[in-house]
Amino acid sequence: MLMTNRAVEAPNQDSQLVSLANAGIRRDGRWLVRGVDFSIRRGEVVTLIGPNGAGKSTTAKMAIGVLRPDEGSVGRSVGLRVGYVPQKLAIDWTMPLSVRRLMRLTGSLSDADLMAALDATGIPHLIDSEVRHLSGGEFQRALLARAIARKPDLMVLDEPVQGVDFAGESALYDLIRSIRNSTGCGILMISHDLHMVMAGTDTVICLNGHVCCRGTPETVSQSPDYLKLFGNTRSLAVYSHHHDHTHLPDGRVMHGDGSITDHCHPDDGHHHGGHHDHDVLRHAQTADHRHDPHDHHGHDHHTSGGAREGGRAR
Amino acid sequence: MLDDFFVRALLAGIGVALTAGPLGCFVVWRRMAYFGDTMAHSALLGVALSLFFEINLLISVFGVAVLVSLLLLMLQRRQSLSADALLGILSHSALAIGLVLVAFMTWVRIDLIAFLFGDILAVTPADIALIWGGGALVVAALAFLWRPLIASTVSEDLAEAEGMRPAQARLFFMLLMALVIAIAMKIVGIMLITALLIIPAATARRFSASPEVMAVLAAVVGALAVVGGLFGSLHYDTPSGPSIVVAALLLFILSLLPAAGKNTADRAGNKGVRS
Repeated sequence: MLMTNRAVEAPNQDSQLVSLANAGIRRDGRWLVRGVDFSIRRGEVVTLIGPNGAGKSTTAKMAIGVLRPDEGSVGRSVGLRVGYVPQKLAIDWTMPLSVRRLMRLTGSLSDADLMAALDATGIPHLIDSEVRHLSGGEFQRALLARAIARKPDLMVLDEPVQGVDFAGESALYDLIRSIRNSTGCGILMISHDLHMVMAGTDTVICLNGHVCCRGTPETVSQSPDYLKLFGNTRSLAVYSHHHDHTHLPDGRVMHGDGSITDHCHPDDGHHHGGHHDHDVLRHAQTADHRHDPHDHHGHDHHTSGGAREGGRAR
Repeated sequence: MLDDFFVRALLAGIGVALTAGPLGCFVVWRRMAYFGDTMAHSALLGVALSLFFEINLLISVFGVAVLVSLLLLMLQRRQSLSADALLGILSHSALAIGLVLVAFMTWVRIDLIAFLFGDILAVTPADIALIWGGGALVVAALAFLWRPLIASTVSEDLAEAEGMRPAQARLFFMLLMALVIAIAMKIVGIMLITALLIIPAATARRFSASPEVMAVLAAVVGALAVVGGLFGSLHYDTPSGPSIVVAALLLFILSLLPAAGKNTADRAGNKGVRS
């Protein structure tokens, strides 16, 4: 049973935590993001990538109900417990807020759980520090600890490791992955750093005002640099894709056939049904990949309406 | 004991301060000082309407304050002007319209100064009952809404995502503020209510390690300011409302002295914004 913001037939599958169907947000006559189709199941890691202003944060906010879609629909399972790490958080310095108090911001928490979460994110020593005295990386760790401690069904992490040092980054990603493995929660991750986030990701969705393409990350880069950095190639994956269109600096879109349009929405007529002229990602099974292949339709907007398997035809 | 006007003034003032302190913390945290001012200024319009339609003063002031804040929220949504400019427009026009309306009603004589700057020495036992009753209601509501209010003050998105209903919390906060303005008007007056909301909270900041401590301390500081101000007013024969605000200011200045706070280092700059 799913609650939907708009009346549509809700995908009736218990394991589905959240599902977006052709969802879009419009502000001041401009579509921030449009035609987003995807869903997150229990235990699944979905990563949104894309350039600045691609609508990644907007899409995440839509998924968790902070923003209502102006088009399409968003369904969430009843009683969904969300742990959210927002991209930006401005705490007025006049509010005295210790890490301990921050941890209990939206719900009560036992001391043991509180300490366990801070231990996991590596900042148990900062428990009584004031939040405003934390460094950027420490603050991110505190926010992540707070989200983890809630024991959520779905974690939504908007660039969760921003400002975290390099060694800490991969440790936090390992942590996030181990939480997924132990609790079976779903994870919606937003990243600008493709290679780091990708490890353990089941589905990658490339956004640029719309879903450009999606798929599993390709396995393992052989690059010596990566081997040196992570030591374990199995936890690492790369992802590559080709676009059939180019976003011009002025926001218009040049398509493969040379034509230029204002948007690259599926309905603008420049995408040819069934015409896949580029790499469609194949399921690159990694050690962490425990799901049946799904959501692996590169450029779902290439196919016409009925074949949009992305988010709702399951 | 209640026969003595000074004791009544003390009781009324302390009652208002205990309510205004915790609420004032949110005004400071949410950067709503000007918003509070606007609501307070609209109270004079409430006074005028109450006289004109012969309705209860408290209800009229409360109603107008709520209407003005709703109007502000509506205008903000249209995003034609900055919130700052909108507040300036609403704040002063509400005050001006109130003054004009009062001047029109030549058949009623009202003591404008009492409304603008308070008349705490004239409070009746009924006023005290109202202040403590209304104050208890406000404090109880704040305690009940505490977690969602704190959470949405830190981040509305976060609060919303984790099921805290920040919009509802904001609405209730506005109603509580209107109520406090309605009951505090008689004590410090329309022009000075915001001072009683903000100065004690700002004073408490340096000595507080958590929002909860700050709320309690702000109430205590406010009560001290009322006591100090009233005794000062008695001693120096100064107007009571302004004297209370001056006492609050003195406490604030005291709190800034290096010896007063243990965590002097905390004063260092505004590190609030993270991205």
